[in-house]
Amino acid sequence: MGNRTPLFDAHRAAGAKIVDFGGWDMPLHYGSQLEEHHAVRRDAGVFDVSHMTVIDVSGPAAVSFLRHCLANDVARLDEKGRALYAVLLNASAGIVDDLIVYRRNGDFRLVVNAGTREAVLANINSHAAAFDVSVVHRGELAMLAVQGPGAVERVVGICGLTGIDALAPFSMLERDDWMIARTGYTGEDGVELILPDDAIAGVWSDLLAAGVAPAGLAARDTLRLEAGLNLYGQDMDAKTHPLEANLGWTIAWRPETRDFVGREALTAIREAGSRWKLTGVVLEGRGIMRHGYRVITEAGEGTVTSGIFSPTLGYSVALARVPRAAAGACEVEIRGKHWSARLVRPPFVRHGVRVHK
Amino acid sequence: MSEFPAELRYAPSHEWARVEDEGVVAVGISDHAQDALGDVVYVELPEVGQDVEAGEEAAVVESVKAASDIYAPVSGTIVAVNTLLEDAPETVNQDPYGDGWFFRIQSRDDAELDALLDAQTYAEHCESESP
Repeated sequence: MGNRTPLFDAHRAAGAKIVDFGGWDMPLHYGSQLEEHHAVRRDAGVFDVSHMTVIDVSGPAAVSFLRHCLANDVARLDEKGRALYAVLLNASAGIVDDLIVYRRNGDFRLVVNAGTREAVLANINSHAAAFDVSVVHRGELAMLAVQGPGAVERVVGICGLTGIDALAPFSMLERDDWMIARTGYTGEDGVELILPDDAIAGVWSDLLAAGVAPAGLAARDTLRLEAGLNLYGQDMDAKTHPLEANLGWTIAWRPETRDFVGREALTAIREAGSRWKLTGVVLEGRGIMRHGYRVITEAGEGTVTSGIFSPTLGYSVALARVPRAAAGACEVEIRGKHWSARLVRPPFVRHGVRVHK
Repeated sequence: MSEFPAELRYAPSHEWARVEDEGVVAVGISDHAQDALGDVVYVELPEVGQDVEAGEEAAVVESVKAASDIYAPVSGTIVAVNTLLEDAPETVNQDPYGDGWFFRIQSRDDAELDALLDAQTYAEHCESESP
């Protein structure tokens, strides 16, 4: 038996197929991952993401500590309630994890992946010794992602909290021990709720009663890939750096005096020129691209890192790591046959509609 | 629970075979298999006229989750393929033993049919594969 969230019994009651996900017993789907995907694109779905890791960083040196740890700059969070997507690097600029950092009242909250919990805690604790900060893993908190064009309206209806619908993307508000953030991993509008373990079951059943579809890991994967969002462990890991993971935009190079972990190595990579890039692929035929498939371009060969059948578009889309100069037409090898495909800039779908060229 | 119609024969790799007129065998995948695959979104069918050997890959079924080979349960010549699946692959999920058939083989060797599993043995096989 793996770790279980407070909603494990509720998932079973909703008909979930449970699978092991990084040591957690989590719902893969509740019958049809396609229907769950469409529910999120067209109306609203709810994911139990309580397996994710919530870490609070506080203390007088919290700002300087996070400016040292993260490749993005928390100084950009100019007021409380703002959030930032960032990567945590090792000294050789390999990606330890990607995360969202929220600025609270004087302290910060990080939400990181479940599978990287130990590596992230070890990494930031190793840097924390030199700073006057406290790093606390908040294992007693649960988390729901309510996503889709109808998500905010449903959450407002259930919580009765004012101000949620006025939240800008990548911002949050806190009431008592709840945090409600306008963030997500689907390319749709929606919120993520971080709340005490004992409050989550009631919110879950209220959301389902309000017509929000329970959605599992399988739909979460097709939604995030359509939205062009990387999955840690698949599209990037400790052996890849941000410039070959389509995450150059998350590096705050300025001010040049900010000495973040991995900066020296990443600067050398940037000056020499990254050999690879991560980009999107669209298949023109009817096959489906999968992780590990070969991509043949005029600039050399690459590899599919994540590939799916896109439920919204009706054809296969993928992320692939290819030579930096690669562009335009390419081929993907599927079971020995070469299929015509095109390299495109992700995302593929945003707010329910096609956005790729 | 999955259904296992008694009039069919089954391969351990989860294909079913139905004997029709004059040694023609219809082939599809079992209810258990379609359930394990999840939503089917693409089916790659063999060519009519193609010769296949028992146990050889003859088609591919792709669900949102994974690609799986479909093996010919008997040897012979492909005499028909279900082109409905090209436009409506979800039929495999909705009606695995009916409209969701994949192809028909003109069988060369009746003994190969006898080597396939009956419904009860196949049901036990599925049970033993479950985690």
